[in-house]
Amino acid sequence: MAKLRQCAIYGKGGIGKSTTTQNLVAALAESGKKVMIVGCDPKADSTRLILHSKAQTTVMHLAAEAGSVEDLELEDVLSVGFGGIKCVESGGPEPGVGCAGRGVITAINFLEEEGAYDEDLDFVFYDVLGDVVCGGFAMPIRENKAQEIYIVCSGEMMAMYAANNISKGIVKYANSGGVRLAGLICNSRNTDREDELIMALAARLGTTMIHFVPRDNAVQHAEIRRMTVIEYDAKHKQADEYRQLAKKINDNTNFVIPTPIEMEELEELLMEFGIMEQEDESIIGKTAEELAASA
Amino acid sequence: MAVLTREETEALIAEVLEVYPDKAKKDRAKHLAVNDQSVEQSKKCITSNRKSLPGVMTIRGCAYAGSKGVVWGPIKDMIHISHGPVGCGQYSRAGRRNYYVGTTGVDSFGTMNFTSDFQEKDIVFGGDKKLAKLIEEIEQLFPLHKGISVQSECPIGLIGDDIEAVSKKASAAIDKPVVPVRCEGFRGVSQSLGHHIANDTIRDWVLDKRDGKAYDSTPYDVAIIGDYNIGGDAWASRILLEEMGLRVVAQWSGDGTIAEMMNTPKVKLNLLHCYRSMNYISRHMEEKYGIPWMEYNFFGPTKIIESLRKIADFFDDSIREKCEQVIARYQPMMDEIIAKYKPRLQGKKVMLYVGGLRPRHVIGAYEDLGMEVVGTGYEFAHNDDYDRTIKEMGNATLLYDDITGFEFEEFVKRIKPDMVGSGIKEKYIFQKMGIPLRQMHSWDYSGPYHGYDGFAIFARDMDIALSNPVWHNMTPPWKKAEPEAAQKAA
Repeated sequence: MAKLRQCAIYGKGGIGKSTTTQNLVAALAESGKKVMIVGCDPKADSTRLILHSKAQTTVMHLAAEAGSVEDLELEDVLSVGFGGIKCVESGGPEPGVGCAGRGVITAINFLEEEGAYDEDLDFVFYDVLGDVVCGGFAMPIRENKAQEIYIVCSGEMMAMYAANNISKGIVKYANSGGVRLAGLICNSRNTDREDELIMALAARLGTTMIHFVPRDNAVQHAEIRRMTVIEYDAKHKQADEYRQLAKKINDNTNFVIPTPIEMEELEELLMEFGIMEQEDESIIGKTAEELAASA
Repeated sequence: MAVLTREETEALIAEVLEVYPDKAKKDRAKHLAVNDQSVEQSKKCITSNRKSLPGVMTIRGCAYAGSKGVVWGPIKDMIHISHGPVGCGQYSRAGRRNYYVGTTGVDSFGTMNFTSDFQEKDIVFGGDKKLAKLIEEIEQLFPLHKGISVQSECPIGLIGDDIEAVSKKASAAIDKPVVPVRCEGFRGVSQSLGHHIANDTIRDWVLDKRDGKAYDSTPYDVAIIGDYNIGGDAWASRILLEEMGLRVVAQWSGDGTIAEMMNTPKVKLNLLHCYRSMNYISRHMEEKYGIPWMEYNFFGPTKIIESLRKIADFFDDSIREKCEQVIARYQPMMDEIIAKYKPRLQGKKVMLYVGGLRPRHVIGAYEDLGMEVVGTGYEFAHNDDYDRTIKEMGNATLLYDDITGFEFEEFVKRIKPDMVGSGIKEKYIFQKMGIPLRQMHSWDYSGPYHGYDGFAIFARDMDIALSNPVWHNMTPPWKKAEPEAAQKAA
């Protein structure tokens, strides 16, 4: 048995982390790999395409019902879906109450203590809530957890800001543990020269764009059916894109401590690709009236 | 007469600071001073109410301790919920000896611990539902309670629970006050901010509830504010006020009730004992209701007489007359105590380190016994406390703010007082050094110390501590080891 590889998927909210992760994992499973997904998001939507369910019952929800997390057994929280993929959702509170970050910490500690990772697994994927807002959401990249981080992004300004910020978080934990940036996954939004832009960003961060996933309606068609493209339409060309991504990740050895860039540098990059306008400093702090007078 | 001269005390401070790294030395130097009675404003000589340094052993508490442990906790007919994990409530339970009259668990709840006992799931999903349920259960199990306060522990602030919304809803449901208090322990630099937060919640949720309602008042209505009835202190104070013809309408918060708090805006004068913890609400009542407030000191006959006369002067001749009668009646008792104990205690030197008002208020009581306070300091004072301390302390005595464990030991080693007055954490350190220590937070499980009755007990307690023969029988190990080592060497 090869050594278990633990990977975490980060990226700006709404970028398509969960969809990409599940399609990627389905492709890995199709090729014979044993994979587990750990959803680290209170929304608990990281495993629905694998399980064909609305939302899996979460560790924290079950723990709250049972009294405490110590009262749970591993089989209570683990579901098996397409291709033998094991699925767990950490879960958490409704928006606006409690502490979702603590929920992630509790759930991951539980999985470790119960030996969820000891079995015959090749990969664990952590699908983590968009922004690393507090220590809880950094849990998957602390020592002895995920060693490889993949950042999902697109050629939009905010997605790239987020990718750079996440890289800063990785640097912090890379210095104290073994976590490394393993690549950017471009989930295309069909913006101009998107691939070149993400490749340029990847180069600045010291990594590569591991794959460019084109935009295709097949993904949405599959999602409506709560399925991955791999399962819904295995012959579709989009399924091959995820298979390529899976293969590249399987063969990946390019793990780096990222070199996050300063805001100015990021803005220069965006201007170079025409995503951001050159800032006119003469207008800053001027009211409409003042501008009219000076014109 | 101080033990050391001004120059010697200054040199001592410099020597003790010497072991610190530069940054710590610079910071701690601001908190240590040699007293000079001619200084009018303490800010010229001492800094206070600043964050303690990491690594030093500070003796401070937290905001939760200030609200739950000091201000709110002693209100006996309310139930005070320690909202959060179980430890804060359990370890602050019944520790401060706030005596009260009542049937515990029926109409009084002072020594009980009510907690929401937070578990992991409450942190993750929020504790609001649990709090609502807890209040519902309290109402069923303890129907004679008169209100509830929610004392926030740290996690409440971290996870952002909306305890105000729960409290408002629950209050309407049970038709009793439910007071949310945001006294999370991490707020502020010491318990002092907890006092302030607690005062503000009294202002916002309690004090105006009987405004405009009929009240049968007299010209002699007063309230005792900031007496926590430790060992019965408030009772020993209250009788003196009553004997001089005043009507004590309320006493906060020792042996106090929420009804007394609501009636306080009807009084003619607020008598403020612990200035540090209750000046905020006293000032508020002065502004909103025009009620003047007056600080007083009931430790030792000299200060008692001074305070009684000051209080009487606020009222009319009939009160002044009765005040003199009270003083005259207790004088023989005081003479007797002083005649008995002064010869035994004369000239003994004391170093104090406590909180609130005691580092300055008890000085007079020691002086009545012929003793001298040669060093004093506060855990959580502000500069207005030191303003009030400078005049009470002799010139060239030592002042220390938020003292560290190291500084306190070194000062005691050099100044060699006959006795130290501080807390349980300090007690055995100094007693092992051969110096008697009386706990001046809890009166060492004795008391009361306030009022004339209290002075009798205070004098006796100081004598039993100092005159205990054990101090003469003690040979510390290093003195024992010396001759043996010398023999071995020979």
